[in-house]
Amino acid sequence: MLKGGRSFERQVSLRSGARVQDALERLGHDVVPIDAGVDLVLRLRKARPDVAFVALHGRDGEDGTVQELLEIAGIPYTGSGVLACVRAADKVLAKHLLLEAGVPTPEFFAFSETAFRELGAAEALPAMEERLDFPIVVKPASGGSALGIRFARTAADVPGALVSAFSYDSKVLLERHVAGRDLAVSILGDQALPVVEAIPRDEDFYDFESRYEIGRTDFSCPAELPGELSEAAHGLALRTFALLGCRGFGRVDLMLDESGGLWVLEANPVPGLTETSLLPQAAEAAGVGFDELVGRVLELTG
Amino acid sequence: MSVSRDLERYAELFAARTKVMKSSAMRDLMAVTARPEVISMAGGFPDTSTFPPATFAAVTQRIASESCARALQYGPTDGLEETKQRIGEVMAAEGMRLDPEDLVVTTGGQQVIDLVTKTLIDPGDVIVAEAPTYPGAVPTFSSYEADVVQIDMDADGMRVDRLEETLDRLERDGRRPKFVYTVPSFQNPAGVTMSPPRRRRLVEVARERELLVLEDNPYGLLRYEGEPPPTLYSLDGGVYVMYLGTFSKILSPGIRLGWVAAPPPVLEKINLGKQGTDLCTSTLSQLMVEAYFQHGRWRDYVNDLTEVYRSRRDTMLDALAEHFPAQAEWTRPAGGLFIWATLPDFIDTTDLLARALRENVAFVPGAAAFLDGRGRSSMRLNFSACPEEDIREGIRRLGEVVKEQVELYGTLTGETAAPSRPAPEQQPAADEARVLPMPSREQRARRAGGP
Repeated sequence: MLKGGRSFERQVSLRSGARVQDALERLGHDVVPIDAGVDLVLRLRKARPDVAFVALHGRDGEDGTVQELLEIAGIPYTGSGVLACVRAADKVLAKHLLLEAGVPTPEFFAFSETAFRELGAAEALPAMEERLDFPIVVKPASGGSALGIRFARTAADVPGALVSAFSYDSKVLLERHVAGRDLAVSILGDQALPVVEAIPRDEDFYDFESRYEIGRTDFSCPAELPGELSEAAHGLALRTFALLGCRGFGRVDLMLDESGGLWVLEANPVPGLTETSLLPQAAEAAGVGFDELVGRVLELTG
Repeated sequence: MSVSRDLERYAELFAARTKVMKSSAMRDLMAVTARPEVISMAGGFPDTSTFPPATFAAVTQRIASESCARALQYGPTDGLEETKQRIGEVMAAEGMRLDPEDLVVTTGGQQVIDLVTKTLIDPGDVIVAEAPTYPGAVPTFSSYEADVVQIDMDADGMRVDRLEETLDRLERDGRRPKFVYTVPSFQNPAGVTMSPPRRRRLVEVARERELLVLEDNPYGLLRYEGEPPPTLYSLDGGVYVMYLGTFSKILSPGIRLGWVAAPPPVLEKINLGKQGTDLCTSTLSQLMVEAYFQHGRWRDYVNDLTEVYRSRRDTMLDALAEHFPAQAEWTRPAGGLFIWATLPDFIDTTDLLARALRENVAFVPGAAAFLDGRGRSSMRLNFSACPEEDIREGIRRLGEVVKEQVELYGTLTGETAAPSRPAPEQQPAADEARVLPMPSREQRARRAGGP
């Protein structure tokens, strides 16, 4: 049971991990909890587990790093493999793959810090801003949380938003903002679970805190959507999942725009499993309790 | 059957007020600052390694041989008589005189903030605090659902004129604040000290408007230069000013021992509140203080600490002058534990913390000291907890990261020269003015003169 780690989603991961550990124990498994740190490889070697349950979010746990170590150690593990994690964790790469396959994702431009420092990319900002139209979403290329994500409402906001995003990653993207409803489709095996809609209570933006905090966001599951939209969302999520090569379980975040168009924002290979997380809520709505969910994820181990 | 960690199972049972006790992105970032390789200027810790172990041994030995049974027993809710006498000595060292009857001994100073808020605040009641305010008071005020109004400060502490404007405005809305919370000396987090005229005016305002003031004074004795101004409590004589003191910074935060002096009717309610909270403050801790004071020389230890911290403050100020870019400004505290630095407003210090952590250095983002979303370009830097070489290295790394962001912003905006701060001269509304940026004259001179 791998949890914690060094990422900024450490706290969430500890909560996911604790909950999964309980479920695994109720299912009759012997569980060795490991807080992923400098002694990770040594502890894995010592524990010699039949399978590793990866409940690490963000850096290391969701970007293929830990998966690579598990491959080397010859330990089967839950969820997506190295390549899928690498693709999903890099929003720029994932969006290019989506575009290539014809999956709608909001228009974007991605730049590294060196492009601005050494290649004069700032000169291209006005052209980008014109193409994307305000407000523009500025975000770090990596990271599953909303840390570092900024809304630029005017051209004057863009440089500050870029500085913030570059605090988290040396690569950032500027993305067209899709106004509308915030949807998430969780996937278990090859099945798309009922759509969850996140409805922020008072903020105009779904931030890092409200995502995990009871009382700041209302969740509606299944989301109130016409049947064909819900099916379309399922279809897009499953295509995204397949395109990136994800396995076992995961979550795809989408936006539904005002004219009924669906847009894929990103895929999360290790989505949160806390009590307020979206995937467990979706599973519950499909009649799959948390223990059963954890059991299924374990069975789907590759 | 294993223990259940499922929040949802209990969520329906939680009181409504727990929903406003918000945890923050900052807490998630701060969770990563505890790694041993991180130079943390984030905590507000005194350096307890300066306390002589032999003294500790003598103190505990004395309790064991002289008052073992008593130390292990409950005590009165308001505290032991001898503790109150010792508190009288500490307060006398800052020019205050009081009747020990007017005291309740508490479990740290933090409990005073909690008990006073519990005693005075109904949901929606107004508390007036400084901008920025002590980050540790924020969750307490929130948990009692207070409406906190923050008043700007400058180099002389809280702007009492702004306070009066705010009080007028509140009065027009039919609202009267229950109390004003202030840390007048070496404020946490801003590091500034309220000037004597401001102190006198604040006490007058309290009297004129029959307004309670909670004076939080944990650092008053940790003065590195200059003459101490009179405390609000001594100016007021304990009519409208409640006084919060603590042994945390002059002896140890681990013994969790603080106190409150307040007008008797208020004290009575505080005492009742404390009874419900924890019956009494640790008898063992109180007897440790007593034995320590009998051992003598508590002032010597405070003087030792003063020497150590003064030197660390100077190291940090020198390092800031050397490594921070010209657009940054910071306070020059004459005591206490903190420096408050303000960066150009395109830098968000919560995001900056994420970047700084990659360099293994940490601070408290300024937003933690506000309840209204301000402070995003400021940071609190603690200089008491780190050895000088760590302070130098920590500020060097931080300076690099800040300079990197200033430079990046310059590149993004096409300005090669450092961007100036946005024009300030539109008069801001009373309680939304800018956060103090106020470097000392020495700093300006030093920077003007080059490295």
